[in-house]
Amino acid sequence: MRNGFGISMNKSEETISISNNNGENLLVLLEEEQRKSGYLSQEFITALAQSLDTPVSEIYGVISFYSFLSNKLQGRNIIRICKNLPCFLKNSELIIKCITQELGIKPGQTTPDGRFTLVLTNCIGACDKAPAMMINNDIYGDLTPQKITKILESYK
Amino acid sequence: MPEKHIVLRNCGVINPEDLTSYTARGGFQALKKALSIGPEQIIKEIKESGLRGRGGAGFPCGLKWEFTRNTKEQSKYLICNADEGEVGTFKDHFILENDPFSLIEGIAIASYAIGVKKSYIYLRGEYHNLSGRLQNAINQAKENKFLTHVNIEIREGAGAYVCGEESALMDSIEGKRGEARFKPPFPTDKGLWQKPTVINNVETLMNIPQIILNGAAWFNQIGTERSKGTKVFSVSGDVACPGVYELILGSSLKELLINISQSDNIKVVQIGGATGRLVPGTAIDTPLSFESVLGAGSITVFNETRNIMDIVYHTMEFLAEESCGKCTPCREGTEVMKLIIDKFRCGNGTQHDMQLLTELSSAMSLASLCGLGQAAPNVITDSMQYFRDVYESLIPANLRGVKA
Repeated sequence: MRNGFGISMNKSEETISISNNNGENLLVLLEEEQRKSGYLSQEFITALAQSLDTPVSEIYGVISFYSFLSNKLQGRNIIRICKNLPCFLKNSELIIKCITQELGIKPGQTTPDGRFTLVLTNCIGACDKAPAMMINNDIYGDLTPQKITKILESYK
Repeated sequence: MPEKHIVLRNCGVINPEDLTSYTARGGFQALKKALSIGPEQIIKEIKESGLRGRGGAGFPCGLKWEFTRNTKEQSKYLICNADEGEVGTFKDHFILENDPFSLIEGIAIASYAIGVKKSYIYLRGEYHNLSGRLQNAINQAKENKFLTHVNIEIREGAGAYVCGEESALMDSIEGKRGEARFKPPFPTDKGLWQKPTVINNVETLMNIPQIILNGAAWFNQIGTERSKGTKVFSVSGDVACPGVYELILGSSLKELLINISQSDNIKVVQIGGATGRLVPGTAIDTPLSFESVLGAGSITVFNETRNIMDIVYHTMEFLAEESCGKCTPCREGTEVMKLIIDKFRCGNGTQHDMQLLTELSSAMSLASLCGLGQAAPNVITDSMQYFRDVYESLIPANLRGVKA
């Protein structure tokens, strides 16, 4: 039997488990939904808990563990500015200030039009191009305040 | 010159999207040779080569393979750790971007030698843009019948540094919170889904094809007595030429910093990222090897203008945020350390705080569950050792010399 989430409900096999090596995998399911809908709604979590026969708390525990998963509605584009040392040395604080001013929001907030969510993140592996940030899956390095406006303009 | 390209030999040379450009450089000849000499001989070669894990811990690679091969369990797994989250590390990104084929060949050889039918590449979520290229390399290798013995699947992380720790990584592949496990049992005994599992870093696996092609004796003569081969370093911070450099193990840190990446007025260098060690500018004349300092090869340089307390605070802030929270010493310790360092940053430290930092450091390194918590105090102990005067200068004058 398949349900709306494409999860096998055959209890006689291991496939129902959130952690088996054959069937569906809780983290993979959450990642897919996050990519598709931009966040994990209360409805989704409740329905997933039912179909996996898993407590909501367990699912919430996984969501809250991973910074790329969110149970709150987010902007269409997510800006992640690196705040770690290699970027800090290259004046990432100026970039953070510049973007917060440009968008009128603080880290952790979403613009009222839903266009951007701004977060500060840990190392994104672009230290040779510091200061660096990600927008959705794209990495931008060697950032300067002059570059910011143009980069943001390309995201609608 | 200490630079030598074994791991990076194809980077910038081949077309990373096209397998024929890889085979034109001798690609998949090592797999062919491996299949002809058999698993025992492969493991013997890797053991004799002296190859040690490149993710930071430096465990002998051949031994890990042998433990897992020799278990009675039928199902076992190989995981390639591509969760490169250590602050200041970007070498695996460079490797995956420029030569995904050598990695796939390394995984193919390892899988055959260990006897696994299923391998995973755990790619950090931040590197999502590389997964298409990696999948393309797998597909092309499959179409050309190089992967008939093993199925390779990419699993993506979702933004959690601790998942680079091998036991947390396995929990994450299982779909759970990526929390560290108690050891023993070790992964080679009970790993992914409680089955024997080998976990190798990207760079470790990149070495495999060249060792099989050229032989253990060739690899064994490169490097120092206990550190064979090369290491790929990620250099960032106050340097004129940041980037990825592959050096023979045992090369001088000073040479890498001064001659290759061109830095000067060095106050301190952080080697191995947030859980790594601090080396003061006066002590950079030291070899880069497992016997000395290495980690996963990240090198962040700080010049004389930098504030040591900023370095320590940012490092602790990172660790407090990325602690998985499962064990108390790490969860609470990193948080308290961060708060204490912030007091010093504001010039409000006390003698008692310094004593508390020392006590916490020893408790955490002794009692934490995994490498994160055990190594988290490194930045505190090292900075207190080399820059004690800075700590003391941040205690208000009326409190200096006052015992707790």
